[in-house]
Amino acid sequence: MSKQVEWRKGTLRSVRDLTPDIRLFEIEPEGEFVVPTPGSHINVGVQIGERADVRSYSVVGACTDGLYRIAVKRLPDSRGGSLYMWSLSPGAKLSISTPGNHFDLSLGRPEYLLLAGGIGITPIYTMALALAHAEANFRVLYACRSRQDMALAEEMRAEVADRLQMFLDEESARVDLDAEIARLAPGGELYVCGPIGMLEAAKRAWQRSGRPVDQLRFETFGNSGRFATEAFKVKIPRLGMEVEVPPNKTMLDALEASGVAMISDCRRGECGLCALYIVETTGTVDHRDVFFSDEEKAENRKLCTCVSRVAGGDITIDTADRAA
Amino acid sequence: MTEARLFPLNAWYAAAWSHEIKHELAARTICNKDMVLYRRSDGQVTALEDACWHRLLPLSMGHLKGDEVVCGYHGLVFNAAGRCTYMPAQKTINPSACVRAYPVSERHRLIWVWLGDPALADPDKIPDFHWNDGTEWVGEGGTFYSLKCDYRLVIDNLMDLTHETYVHAGSIGDEAITSAPFDVTHTDRTATVTRWMTNIEPPPFWAKQLNRPGEHVDRWQIIYFQAPSTVVGDVGVAVTGTGAPQGDRSQGVNGAFLAAITPETDRSCHYFWNFVRTFRTDDEQLTKDINKAHVNEGKGVYDQDHVVLEAQQLAIDKNPRLPFYNLNIDAGALWARKLIDAMLEAEHGLPTHVPSEAAE
Repeated sequence: MSKQVEWRKGTLRSVRDLTPDIRLFEIEPEGEFVVPTPGSHINVGVQIGERADVRSYSVVGACTDGLYRIAVKRLPDSRGGSLYMWSLSPGAKLSISTPGNHFDLSLGRPEYLLLAGGIGITPIYTMALALAHAEANFRVLYACRSRQDMALAEEMRAEVADRLQMFLDEESARVDLDAEIARLAPGGELYVCGPIGMLEAAKRAWQRSGRPVDQLRFETFGNSGRFATEAFKVKIPRLGMEVEVPPNKTMLDALEASGVAMISDCRRGECGLCALYIVETTGTVDHRDVFFSDEEKAENRKLCTCVSRVAGGDITIDTADRAA
Repeated sequence: MTEARLFPLNAWYAAAWSHEIKHELAARTICNKDMVLYRRSDGQVTALEDACWHRLLPLSMGHLKGDEVVCGYHGLVFNAAGRCTYMPAQKTINPSACVRAYPVSERHRLIWVWLGDPALADPDKIPDFHWNDGTEWVGEGGTFYSLKCDYRLVIDNLMDLTHETYVHAGSIGDEAITSAPFDVTHTDRTATVTRWMTNIEPPPFWAKQLNRPGEHVDRWQIIYFQAPSTVVGDVGVAVTGTGAPQGDRSQGVNGAFLAAITPETDRSCHYFWNFVRTFRTDDEQLTKDINKAHVNEGKGVYDQDHVVLEAQQLAIDKNPRLPFYNLNIDAGALWARKLIDAMLEAEHGLPTHVPSEAAE
């Protein structure tokens, strides 16, 4: 059960670039310091143009010294949270939450396989350190594009030595998921944080292995897809509306801002409450949720509006509104 | 969240007797947390947060299906690690759907749970309660569940036995207790109160057990506290002049009162008690009689304590002066409280993790 998080004021104490586009932020909260558990995130209030919004970032490292560390990747085509974070200088005042955890690390398992892709390293790094501290049996597989994108790899190597294995796209190194899962001791667990493609591949490989579904743990922030993030148009014939979804807004946000009555809860593609029916699309639906199964995504009957988008065209949808 | 806690969380607390936890759901509240306990088919015990992830209905109102708990409301299923393995009407499972699984350990015929940082839940930290194993020492024991007082009032009660003279007059109480000097020693996790009453007339309970009519006795009460809330009292009498104070108890009878006290809420606790002995260990009738002497529909010695403790808590609630005065006789209790405070301080100085879902 997630603990209710509380909002606090915080001060940005320092920034440090881990790679050309991943920056580490050290934030000191006011009030009682709550030490995060591995896999935790904190929420940060961000300003997107005129609009206040909230982003979640995994904490980096044990953070037992009164500072929360988060790493933010600059994504020029994202919804704007990262650009705001990158605009901050030490001394900046922030609104942050106490840690929450949707990606808890359970201790006492016979073996662990940790799989990180790109910026997904942040919770995985923290888990690896915790497992090393607990003297657990684990391996870390860390995939990223190139040597210069390897955030936290050296720091992790210093703590876990050759339990860490790197896979670089530029060297055409690929993780053989089936083989890695087969090596994992019975009752061992796989923790994955990375882009949706990696996550889906891991889920399929896990399913093929026949292992218990609850022993695959993963976290998604719902902000990566198979396609680049671009603007698209949403037509709603029932309401006679047409809504523009800019790159820096989710479809759910855009619909709500236009006055479409919506329900939602997790807003990260897990619960399925914000899903709407697809009538037709001239592009391709980029399903970025973990709520629908592969088969359901292939059917394309519905999409999770909080994370999923359309690439290369527009979409016509239907809402639940029967008053119109 | 910043409100001061009365009990450390990084500690093992007794939640049930081993024999009470079967392959069925049992609800307990420990340290203000509701949990559901059950024994799995492999004999291990699971303790889960007793609130469904979905709509918070107590899982203890559901049922077991194999070793998994089915919520009695919408049928979500949670395994022994607290992870959801089934959700109705959807093909996937929400990855964050978990309830907390608490570390559990079974030792000394009790089920112990750990509510603090699971990374620190080392079974070697379970209090030494071997007197309760049912091997060398024999006794039946019982529990006052939901005793309506701060758990520390029970510790106070056991760490100062002068109360026996007044609360338990006619059984174990005796004027000699109030006049005998005592020593208090401590380590960083234990406190020990030692009292010897030499050359006295045995009080009725002990006179009967010793069965040496007319003899004077040396009586001892060596009370051993392990922070945060376990008390073992090594008690007995031996014929005066036979060397008991020097270590030879062969001419005496030896018992031990055992107390594992578990905070339930800030103002209630579960008091797991036993009175064990090394004499006439095969005498099952005596075992029953001793249990009855302690708890017997309001007439046992612990029933007398029960009345006092609950009345004391009510009075404390009505008279919120800080908190009460202390006497010389409270030295043992004050050491116990000091050790508890040190544990709380240690947890506060190094803030405890806010435990989240499925931490095991």
